Amino acid sequence: MISIQNLHASVEDKAILKGLNLEVKAGEVHAIMGPNGAGKSTLGNVLAGREGYEVTGGSATLNGTDILELDPEERARLGLFLAFQYPVEIPGVSNLEFLKASVDAVREQQGKEALDSVQFLKLAREKCKAVNLDQSFLKRGVNEGFSGGEKKRNELMQMMLLEPSLCILDETDSGLDIDALQVVAEGVNAMRDANRSFIVVTHYQRLLDYIVPDYVHVLANGKIVKSGGKELALELEEKGYGWLEDAATAE
Amino acid sequence: MSEFIQQQLQHVDALERSAWLQQATDGSRDVFANASVPTRKTELWKYTPVRALTEGVYAQAAQTFSAAGLDEYATIPALGSHRLVFVNGRLSQELSSHEALAQVTLFSQADEQQQQLIRQHLDDVMRGSQRHWLNELNSAATNDGVLIHVGKNQRLQQPLQVTWLTTPQAQAFSVNARLLVVLESGAEATLVEHYDSATDAQNSFTNAVTEIRLGANAQLQHYRLQLMQEDALHVGAVHTDLGRDARYQSFHVSLGSRLSRNDLVVNHTEGGSHCEMHGVYVPQNQQLVDFHSCIEHAVAHCTSNEVFRGIMNDSAKAVFNGRIHIHPQAQKTLAELSNKNLLLTNKAEINTKPELEIYADDVKCAHGATVAQLEEKALFYLQSRGISRDEAEVMLSFGFINELLEAQPHDALVQYLRPILARRFGRDFQLSRHLL
Repeated sequence: MISIQNLHASVEDKAILKGLNLEVKAGEVHAIMGPNGAGKSTLGNVLAGREGYEVTGGSATLNGTDILELDPEERARLGLFLAFQYPVEIPGVSNLEFLKASVDAVREQQGKEALDSVQFLKLAREKCKAVNLDQSFLKRGVNEGFSGGEKKRNELMQMMLLEPSLCILDETDSGLDIDALQVVAEGVNAMRDANRSFIVVTHYQRLLDYIVPDYVHVLANGKIVKSGGKELALELEEKGYGWLEDAATAE
Repeated sequence: MSEFIQQQLQHVDALERSAWLQQATDGSRDVFANASVPTRKTELWKYTPVRALTEGVYAQAAQTFSAAGLDEYATIPALGSHRLVFVNGRLSQELSSHEALAQVTLFSQADEQQQQLIRQHLDDVMRGSQRHWLNELNSAATNDGVLIHVGKNQRLQQPLQVTWLTTPQAQAFSVNARLLVVLESGAEATLVEHYDSATDAQNSFTNAVTEIRLGANAQLQHYRLQLMQEDALHVGAVHTDLGRDARYQSFHVSLGSRLSRNDLVVNHTEGGSHCEMHGVYVPQNQQLVDFHSCIEHAVAHCTSNEVFRGIMNDSAKAVFNGRIHIHPQAQKTLAELSNKNLLLTNKAEINTKPELEIYADDVKCAHGATVAQLEEKALFYLQSRGISRDEAEVMLSFGFINELLEAQPHDALVQYLRPILARRFGRDFQLSRHLL
């Protein structure tokens, strides 16, 4: 699915990722945890192609395609999806228009037939229901005036509509109460299948009670410093990150 | 005397008008004859050169024109309006449907009572410092003016649409558009003032003045749409007097043209009145749009809210000068003015100047102007969902304008304007298709 090798990246000339390696196979869920400032969000932004995040070394291939030279929209059309930590509000453009443009672009790339507006509306309504958002949210401006939880559910709805092969959830759980977290987790779990992979970036172990990962990695100082199974998350919860950070610096 | 002024005076002198109208306009003729063409040193015209206008040669239409093929330009679908349609300045009976409406009269057909009303209000609302030389020309050349008079506690059930079309002819015309709107106390109406041109390049000059007087507790919803081809020249003014507790809501659209100058003046003359003035301008190529607005708070307990947004593409240029003047007696005024602009290229230009002049001490006022480019993080968000950068730019530009458009109360107008504005940014269908 995605293979990341020796990835180096910097923001405003400051090195953030310093040789990150990660291998995610189809159907797997990998959690990436780590202290603030470790580079967790940078990883998602670099993979999605955000401007200002400069790759200074290494490679990332998604299903065999090197994605680091591609525009963000090309990566999205190849099946990469980043659920934002802070989804952007776009007043004046309705959620429905935005979703249709997005789905049209991705389906076209995949050689699927375009949905007409009636078919699309039906589909969008279904997905609204699945993430427990009222249908009126389709008519509102993109994320405009949505609460934190509503924004995250809107991200989830986009993910369901686009059916990506690799989903990166960037601190999707931050600021959510348990009810909202459960809705998001249920949605994610329903999308898990043998052909779809997830990278779940989080600061809190709590999320992993609901989305149970196959692997847990600790990102500190721009590198993965420890990897393990889901029990590693519990250990981190207990001990904090200090012991790993020390190890990373000592290297 | 400049050639342009001379040429226009010949048109004025050639008009055949009834004596009372002739008399009512003589004063303005003299002022215009003695006017000088503004230069860069003239404060009101500092950023707006008028050379594109004054170097032209314009004819005055003597005949009426065929309506063939023009209906589509004059039609705003689903508005269900009564309408008056002028073609190159001459009323087209064929395209118009106002006959049954007792509230609408042409100046030339006014009966004695209506003449009296016209004489009472004409040029009286348009007073003060923002009245300029071309407004004087309009007054001097007033002939086929339109009076809209809604009586006490009456309501015009349907919107009234007044359209001025220009069509490509062998020569460029100068078109004089004049509206006088008088709403007696408690009256209500919706007015759509609409300027458009049939396809093909043409450099007609439309000079428009609208005067509005709202009586106590009267309410007017006013749309002013400037949708002409880009070679057109447009100079327009709207002057409004608000009586006690009157409510005036207006929405202005200017696509831009070779010269598009708009003066908007609102006078709060009695307490309790409210003015809502929103507008968008979206010039492209070499076009120029200029909005000069002035809200006069002369009395206490009035409110104003003015919001204008502009997007300048290519080498286009815009001027926004928004003035709010709060007189010493105007205590308890609430006034807000906001002007936001997007520049889509390095060559596009905006000159914005919000001016707040306050002489009362117990008021609440705010004003602000911003100039920016499309937000990178919003573009990235759309791109990260597979939408191309080009389409993302179109969507964000449209959204910036649409925020004001979709808040308008008449859905037929919103639906009519939406594709016109969307195509402005997505000039290629592939880029605007999701907004249509």
